[in-house]
Amino acid sequence: MLIAAPMSSLLALAVLGVLAGGEMWRHRLIYVCCAIASLALLVGGARHLGQSPGTGPAFILPIGLPWMEAHFRLDNLSALFMVVVNIATCAASVFGIGYCSHLPEPRRVTPFFPLFLFGMNAVLIADDAFMFLVSWEFMSLSSWLLVLADHRTAENRDAALVYLIMATFGTFCLLTCFGLLAGPEGAYSFAAMRDAKLEPVAGFLVVALALMGAGSKAGLVPLHAWLPLAHPAAPSHVSALMSGVMTKVALYGLIRILFDLHGHVPWGWGAAIMVIGGITAVLGVLYAILQDDLKKLLAYSTVENIGVVVIGLGLAIAFKDGGEKTLAALALVAGLYHIVNHSIFKTLLFLSAGAVITATGERDLGRLGGLLKRMPWTGAATLVGAAAISALPPLNGFVSEWLIFQSLFKGPSLPHWAMKFGVPVVGAMLALAAALAATCFVRAYGIAFLGRPRSPEAAQAHAIPGTMRWTMAVLAALCVVLGAVPVTLTEALSAVVQPLTGINIAVSADLGWPWLSPVSSTRGSYSGTVLVLTGAALFVISIVLVHGFGTTRTRRADAWDCGHRENIPETQYTGQSFAQPLRRVFGSSLFGARETVDMPEPGDLGPARLVVRLIDPVWIIFYQSVIRVVGFLADRVNRMQFLTVRRYLLMMFATLVFMLLVVAVRQTQ
Amino acid sequence: MTPVIWQLVQIFLVVGLAPAVTGWVRLVKSRLQGRIGASPLQPYRDIYRLLQKEAVVAHSASWVFRAAPYVTFSAVWLAAAIIPAFTTDLVLVPAADLIALVALLGVARFWTALAGMDVGTAFGGIGASREMMIASLAEPAMLMVTFSLSLITGTTAPAQIIGFVLSGGVGIEVSMGLALAALVMVSIAENGRIPIDNPATHLELTMVHEAMVLEYSGRHLALMEGAGMVRLTLYMALIGSIFAPWGIALPGAGAVGLTIGLGAFLAKCFVLATVLAVFETVIAKMRVFRYADFLGGALLLGLLATIFIYVSEAV
Repeated sequence: MLIAAPMSSLLALAVLGVLAGGEMWRHRLIYVCCAIASLALLVGGARHLGQSPGTGPAFILPIGLPWMEAHFRLDNLSALFMVVVNIATCAASVFGIGYCSHLPEPRRVTPFFPLFLFGMNAVLIADDAFMFLVSWEFMSLSSWLLVLADHRTAENRDAALVYLIMATFGTFCLLTCFGLLAGPEGAYSFAAMRDAKLEPVAGFLVVALALMGAGSKAGLVPLHAWLPLAHPAAPSHVSALMSGVMTKVALYGLIRILFDLHGHVPWGWGAAIMVIGGITAVLGVLYAILQDDLKKLLAYSTVENIGVVVIGLGLAIAFKDGGEKTLAALALVAGLYHIVNHSIFKTLLFLSAGAVITATGERDLGRLGGLLKRMPWTGAATLVGAAAISALPPLNGFVSEWLIFQSLFKGPSLPHWAMKFGVPVVGAMLALAAALAATCFVRAYGIAFLGRPRSPEAAQAHAIPGTMRWTMAVLAALCVVLGAVPVTLTEALSAVVQPLTGINIAVSADLGWPWLSPVSSTRGSYSGTVLVLTGAALFVISIVLVHGFGTTRTRRADAWDCGHRENIPETQYTGQSFAQPLRRVFGSSLFGARETVDMPEPGDLGPARLVVRLIDPVWIIFYQSVIRVVGFLADRVNRMQFLTVRRYLLMMFATLVFMLLVVAVRQTQ
Repeated sequence: MTPVIWQLVQIFLVVGLAPAVTGWVRLVKSRLQGRIGASPLQPYRDIYRLLQKEAVVAHSASWVFRAAPYVTFSAVWLAAAIIPAFTTDLVLVPAADLIALVALLGVARFWTALAGMDVGTAFGGIGASREMMIASLAEPAMLMVTFSLSLITGTTAPAQIIGFVLSGGVGIEVSMGLALAALVMVSIAENGRIPIDNPATHLELTMVHEAMVLEYSGRHLALMEGAGMVRLTLYMALIGSIFAPWGIALPGAGAVGLTIGLGAFLAKCFVLATVLAVFETVIAKMRVFRYADFLGGALLLGLLATIFIYVSEAV
């Protein structure tokens, strides 16, 4: 009941959203209800995880395809994702209470928001391919409508078009994938798929199609290019959900297919997935470092984090095939931990971008600065989020990264040479991505929140509603808790992965609470709790020592700046100048970065300008050709809009004949 | 109870010793350059002098600027407390392995870079941007060193690695040599030594670390300088304990063993500091945009160290 009631109320809320009209209190009320529904779903998922009975009872509704009912079921994996999704949706809904009145057109957002929540949750509880795909489309289309919320700018319309095309492509891949899994009898329920035996060719295709279908939604390179266009185009609380949890729902699909429905994925795929993850992580964060738009930067960083998770999944597949059950479970726990973490801190950071936009109306780093003083709460919460996503101890991002490194370091124990040489390379990529992520967020935080304001809007940033502040504070607190006391979560996760890998590992073997020592106590251990306590003690001791031996006198004065006294905020480093060293190191080869200086003619008083051009090779090679083909086909199909009734009837007749022929051919076989 | 006592000794030893190590490097450098140089105890006096001075904080600075010295110093101190310097019998050793250690130093760097950007001056930005660029190549190199050590010894915990090396489990391995080379290059970069950065420079455009802490004064500057000194000692302890662990006291060693351990640690610091001073004297500083070659080299050495393990196995 904790699942069914909120799900149906979300559908009802969508209808009420249409009726809300221009009255702001009605919009607020809908967001309040969404928050309550999410909370109920969160409790439902958590209760299932707490009881941990494996799979819950099936729930069958007499809707859907005529010859089969709609199956729903909650098992450990979907319960975990339900918790992950609904922490973020709950936060975004509460944030929305204050945020909706700042939107240009709340009426284009409120009705679709509950639908989006419904779609994501329905994907998680679907227990047959049909319901899965219907819910998946529900999620895609409702989020597409939300991307179109601010449809007046051409940029957003383009983003929505690209998103729609990619979403269709992804669903098409998943449709074919489930078709192969269902086999010739068309057994579309997940239970039947689990029992079915796959031919090797079909098995190969299933993995490839799942990777393309779910991977395009999650943002795996080279299918990522729509993501940084579409996610930032939506209102910030929706961006938070798209980046924070819709990508996780996509990963849920991937895990469901690769670990549960597909009986046995060979290690070669594991290695390939791991390498794709590594490339995704490095490219994603490099793109992120070069962005000036705060939300675009966050979207690219999502690409990076998805790559990190996928490295864990690939490793788990390889270990599972190699018979290393413990390590497979460890790699999967690491991946899932990162999923939980990323959903929390990415939601936090997107909400903080929303707060910044509310307060200043700006999202360009070059026009922000000094916000920590104007928005102390938002600034502090964002600092926690930025440190967590940079994988700094003792916060949660580090725990999952540590677990992924620990399982990666055991990768070469597999007998395959490709793994022995591939794993160190992927390890280097992961390490590079982690270090670059820290650079990326020092840059983003330092430029937006520290320093002096770079525009009058930033200098006069106004206060934001309390609900928005509290949401961010709670998410920041979660980052700290999951980092300092990781063992509770790892135990829940190892119960989740048990049905998928066949083993329940104790992530805190030997040493017990609060130590993480995945393989054994002598193979490396970590304790966030001990680090926090010791670090705090040393922090206090250093304060006491410094204040005891010295003076506490402090004087406020102008900045020294090597004697260059000035009051020109433009002399500060900008996002572009901060990224310049890395752009020189990586950009010129990877992105074709070119810097040109436009000097004015002698005598001309105009300023000289440094222009940086970046090319996204994936965009040029892959997307532009796809878009060209789709545009071409659309133009051709467009003629069909203007046919006579006679021709339409003829087409319907031809289709009918064709379908009957197909049925006839199948029956004769 | 003894691991707790030795832990406390280690915590205060690293902080107490760090200025002397830096002082010794400075002394050897000045002798090599034909100057008399200050006493190796000068850094203690400098820090005491800074502590007595009032701290000047810019109007544009936020609380991040004031908190950063304390956070940076305690993060580096925590990392230094966990590296086994003279004994592996420390109570905190299991709290962080080498991966966590790299990340702890990352915390210090994160805060220092943010502090550099907080005042909103061009120099702070230069320093932060360059420091993060260096770190984004040096940190992966350090993790690759950890990776190869973990493949050779089967663990990422420093105490166990030391135990394994001491028990003779590691012969003369090409991988160990490559890993050592990579670690040395990383240490040079992370400590802001020549050829990456010049700790004595005051020419604005060549500064990296100095540019970030340019606005600091008084006790804040003392903490930032202190953090730098402790970091240098930390890397010496790391290199000395893992690649030359001889003399270090294992659990169960008596008073004699611990005395030997302490003596060995002091001797290693003395030797490494001298080598560093000689190295810095004979080499010239690099251009900023050539750092990528140097650190990319360290990263590749780390990667080669892991791959060579299998090559040598196969041969």
